[in-house]
Amino acid sequence: MSILVDERTRVVVLGITGSEGTFHAQRMLEYGTKVVAGMTPGKGGAKHLGVPVYNTVSDAVKAEGANAAAIFVPPFAAADAIMESADAGVALVVCITEGIPTFDMIRAKTFLRDKPVALIGPNTPGIISPGKCKIGIMPGHIHKPGTIGIISRSGTLTYEAVLQVSKQGYGQSTAVGIGGDPIVGLKYIELLKLFKDDPGTEAVILIGEIGGTAEDEAAAYIKREFPKPVVGFIAGQTAPPGRRMGHAGAIIAGGKGTAQEKMDALRAGGVHVAVSPADIGATLKAALKR
Amino acid sequence: MKIHEFQAKSILTRYGVRIPRGGVATTPAEARAIAEKIGPRVVVKAQIHAGGRGKGGGVKLAATPAEAERLAKDMIGLTLVTHQTGPEGKVVKRVLIEEALDIARELYIGIVIDRAREAAVVMASTEGGVEIEKVAAETPDLIFKEYVHPGAGFAGFQSRKLAFKLGLAGETFKQAVKFITALYKAFEGTDASMAEINPLLITKQGDVLALDAKMNFDDNALLRHPDILAMRDLDEESPLEVEAAKYNLNYIKLDGTVGCMVNGAGLAMATMDIVKYAGGMPANFLDVGGGVTEEAVTNAFKILVADKDVKAALINIFGGIVRCDMIAAGVVKAAKELGTKIPVVIRLEGTNVELGKKILAESGLAFQSADGMKDAAEKVVALVNERREERR
Repeated sequence: MSILVDERTRVVVLGITGSEGTFHAQRMLEYGTKVVAGMTPGKGGAKHLGVPVYNTVSDAVKAEGANAAAIFVPPFAAADAIMESADAGVALVVCITEGIPTFDMIRAKTFLRDKPVALIGPNTPGIISPGKCKIGIMPGHIHKPGTIGIISRSGTLTYEAVLQVSKQGYGQSTAVGIGGDPIVGLKYIELLKLFKDDPGTEAVILIGEIGGTAEDEAAAYIKREFPKPVVGFIAGQTAPPGRRMGHAGAIIAGGKGTAQEKMDALRAGGVHVAVSPADIGATLKAALKR
Repeated sequence: MKIHEFQAKSILTRYGVRIPRGGVATTPAEARAIAEKIGPRVVVKAQIHAGGRGKGGGVKLAATPAEAERLAKDMIGLTLVTHQTGPEGKVVKRVLIEEALDIARELYIGIVIDRAREAAVVMASTEGGVEIEKVAAETPDLIFKEYVHPGAGFAGFQSRKLAFKLGLAGETFKQAVKFITALYKAFEGTDASMAEINPLLITKQGDVLALDAKMNFDDNALLRHPDILAMRDLDEESPLEVEAAKYNLNYIKLDGTVGCMVNGAGLAMATMDIVKYAGGMPANFLDVGGGVTEEAVTNAFKILVADKDVKAALINIFGGIVRCDMIAAGVVKAAKELGTKIPVVIRLEGTNVELGKKILAESGLAFQSADGMKDAAEKVVALVNERREERR
């Protein structure tokens, strides 16, 4: 089993005719993802990578039954692409684009409030249910089907965790990157709720980093009502305060959002915390043996 | 991005935020000329990107234009050390000369983005002139907050609520309401990430002005504000960080001796963490980007070894879609071009990893391959320790 994406997911790729969109849509198709449509305004009627291209997301939904959108458009156009996808009625929007202005995201999320849509990202590697569907830029081949759910604010660090999980003999039900920006769509709690109800998920790995309070909120939720084992890691234990560590959201501001704070919160929530990033796999194995 | 106080004030005044009369001087003569126009009593303020200037001797009162000239002469060229500059301090290149005002009260107004609420929050406090973090920790009930509705914007009643909570009345109240509203307009209009007026001054005459002003901006939005982007002062940034930015590399200089080059911000932070866990300290944060190219690797390696504090380097690349042989070729090329003697440990993972390792082994360079992050961190820390032994 899995969450959010599986064999029934039908994807429309926004920005499919651009270089990033082309490169990753091709790899999604190779992985077996049902990429049923592309969307580039003004290029409707064309075919790209063998996929029909439409002028609007709405057209793609009507003609091809798309129920998920993958966004690969430039930063200043991305908030608009999120809103158009939500307006067209897809159930899931995955926004890969990095560099969207914060105010654009605040407005886009306000637009999404009364709509039945889940947003992943922006600034995310995407989401994958191994063997079923991949929407995003992660290397498909390192993932394998299994029972571990992964939620992360990072890209390559998530791949590191996937590799360690695989080395311990486990696979993943679904791996989700929630994105490295200050304002993102689904966060830990919404995804933990989905993993809680997914019988195919046995345990969850939660990878956080400095900045904001999302991990602290997740820890409180886990303590309250999450019954499955959770392994946590927080990146940025050696990060200086006041500096943005690559991700727009990875900053210790006003002394708040340190790795230590977050690790303490996770431990208090009953999470098995790996202090070293090399111990994520081993910590999972130990947690599952209890 | 950060800017100077005088630049923040020039932006704010465009939106109707009231600021003291004044001007910027780069020479003592200019300082005197400005003081003669707006004085005789003026304040001379050093312009650097750091707080705590008052305590560090960077804000001084002059009774006459001649004294303003003297103070400016002392201040320009001075290395100012405050609790925010670090021990090396910052060189003062300009001073802001402003009219000296009669202070009745010092208040606080600040605006930031609240990430949990996903909205801007306007904060006001009666405790002006001290750090807001200190107020938040010690007397949080003295900070009043209004969250801005993303659709409706900052409403008039919210501005009035804050002004009443600050204990203002009459003409001063009216001025404060206008001030707070204008400040929010400036914040949203410039895609700011932070705007802080501390202190917000109430004069003995009852006027409301921004005595100090600090603004930071959302880096992701700067391309739509070319006027603000032009205010960037590269002198205030570390030279290696400026160099790295030219190649779209994320580089931050730190205090340790282990140079780190990683693809992806999360993995880069985790690599720094594991270096410390193994007993070393990272010399930098360096993210070459998730989808790394050979060119990025070459440039990054040059930046990495340009740091004189680096005693050994750790390269941690999780290839994924990227091919490891391409990464290895980029590193070998850079190392050969530079002829560096710094020992390097490389951990490669992903497509063509064996081919990548072969390229490193056959390069004739002193590269060590590592299996996994733990092995890599331990090897690089051992190298740093060896070099320390050699020097003894």
